[in-house]
Amino acid sequence: MRVVPSARPRKLAKVPFVELADGRVQGVVSSGSDIGRVYVSSVEAGTYAFSCSTNNNRPCGGAHGAFCNHIRALIGEAVLQYGAERVARYLKVDVFGEQADALGLTSAMTSTHPAQGDRSAAAQVFSRFLRHLAYLEFAPTTAPVPEMHWFPTTGAVA
Amino acid sequence: MRADLLTDPVEGLDDALAAVDGFDQVLVGGLLRPQPAQAVGLAGLADAVAGSPLAGRVAEAAEKTAAGAADEDHYMALAAARSALLGSVHDALVERVEEAVGRPRAEGPAAAADGAERPVNLLVAVRGWLCDLARAGWQGIDHELIGGAAPVVTAMLPEPGLRRLATLLDGFAAELAASCPGATLERIPVRRWADLWSRAMLLTLPGADRATAVGEATGRLLPLGVDLHEHATAVQAQVHAVFEPADGGTPRLVRAGVSAPKPDTVVGAGLWQLLRPHMSLLAAVSEGRAMELDAMPVTAEGDLIWDDARATQGDPAEPFTTARVAMRTAVSAPVTPVDRHPARIAVPVLLEGYAVEDEAEGLAFRVAGERLAVDTGRMPAAGPLTADAVASSAACLGLLRWDAGRFLLQPLAVERTVRKKPVAVHAAAWAGGTADKAGVRAEKAATDAVNVLRERAGRLLRK
Repeated sequence: MRVVPSARPRKLAKVPFVELADGRVQGVVSSGSDIGRVYVSSVEAGTYAFSCSTNNNRPCGGAHGAFCNHIRALIGEAVLQYGAERVARYLKVDVFGEQADALGLTSAMTSTHPAQGDRSAAAQVFSRFLRHLAYLEFAPTTAPVPEMHWFPTTGAVA
Repeated sequence: MRADLLTDPVEGLDDALAAVDGFDQVLVGGLLRPQPAQAVGLAGLADAVAGSPLAGRVAEAAEKTAAGAADEDHYMALAAARSALLGSVHDALVERVEEAVGRPRAEGPAAAADGAERPVNLLVAVRGWLCDLARAGWQGIDHELIGGAAPVVTAMLPEPGLRRLATLLDGFAAELAASCPGATLERIPVRRWADLWSRAMLLTLPGADRATAVGEATGRLLPLGVDLHEHATAVQAQVHAVFEPADGGTPRLVRAGVSAPKPDTVVGAGLWQLLRPHMSLLAAVSEGRAMELDAMPVTAEGDLIWDDARATQGDPAEPFTTARVAMRTAVSAPVTPVDRHPARIAVPVLLEGYAVEDEAEGLAFRVAGERLAVDTGRMPAAGPLTADAVASSAACLGLLRWDAGRFLLQPLAVERTVRKKPVAVHAAAWAGGTADKAGVRAEKAATDAVNVLRERAGRLLRK
């Protein structure tokens, strides 16, 4: 009955946030070397135009002319969380059979030599991450929500 | 249990569902430029409620909609007609279940919705979005249209009185977003989306979703099990229980729920962690205990509006004992009109002496010669109950549900015979916490996830 399976459990340390929204696969990626630094990364659906910058709005050194490691990590975690099929459909990437994994998806996109997108997306991604976090802060309620009967848990997938 | 009653056809059911399906098909193509086939579906819906007080308004709505000249009130009339039809289906099915289970229903007037003050502009915004959705049709949805729900949901979530509608919309919109663009969709969950659409439409009427406490419950609460619901950004745990009034009155079947919005990466044991601090009953479920209630507010539908301050820990109470003894004489509560829908049927039952059929099309119990499908998909991931345990069970405590034309059993707990002794496995055993090895691992993973989210957000904010 459920149309969207719940997110698959994944470790959040490397990529605390990833989503398919605003026509992009976008999210927040932790720096591998500096615990105080995070990157805001995104890839646009269709064009695969990519963007990566730090929380201080400095461009990522690795994202010149090609996907940096942050973007590769982002795609990897998106595939873990949503499944390769859904990520591919969202990005409008045609991958078939054995290629339908994070590596296949990434190489299908890089082979088109996508352009570097502008960094204006970073602010939006950041605000989406904050919106996402706000979901931890809403007070629970003990009034019944009968509508949730349409959304049963799907325990078997985990 | 008279299982034969669950497989016997219900008179009039097919006709009512055919009218519903006819209308649902209309929403696939959308109402912007109605085609002749859609006019047939609309007229079918109007005909089906022709003998009801809705007749005039629905007939007008069907006509205007078929002509492409409908306004929001017309869409509301159509949603109401569809809901009324499914309400009648619900009533027929519930009557059948009560007969099969042999459980009476407590009579009592449903509480009238009180017209509490609401930020009406938000409800108007939701209705506008839903009407745009109906015009576009499922085949016409795109990211821009679906994205329009996000700001409204964001504005509604902090408002406790709007939580129900916000939670529904959030889950519905996420599902639609995952299915965009509609033009290339191979399979459309036609009845499901029409359910969610018409339900959301009705909830935009001020007061429609108000759960009003009509009394207070003082006595002993004996938990049966927990029904867990979740979509990407919300979770609800609903405890089914038998309530024994302290004044010696008739025991009643009741529910007590707790729900919360959540980030989509909080899953598994993280769901229990989120809810646990707000309802001591979850710990009681894990410990196999009853609770003593003192003036706990309760709705006409048998929903306790839980308040930890009005509950204290009680004596040990094993759910299977509760099901075999206290549940036999318990009565069920009536259902308020807006909540009459087959998807909401969840009737606690105890099954014993069945044969397990584990076949390609899924698990089923053969009960008194009748086949009852078992829905093991609805069991929580963070819990010890598995499909294998259900398949090797001798007794099953579950919820009787109805979906896609047949009754199903959702297991809440099973009893297996291990070395000639019954051993119970409860789906929600980890609700209040656990010492189980796999459970502890799941708890730690969930704690880590939330900690990382908070810590990383702190780094981003401190720029």
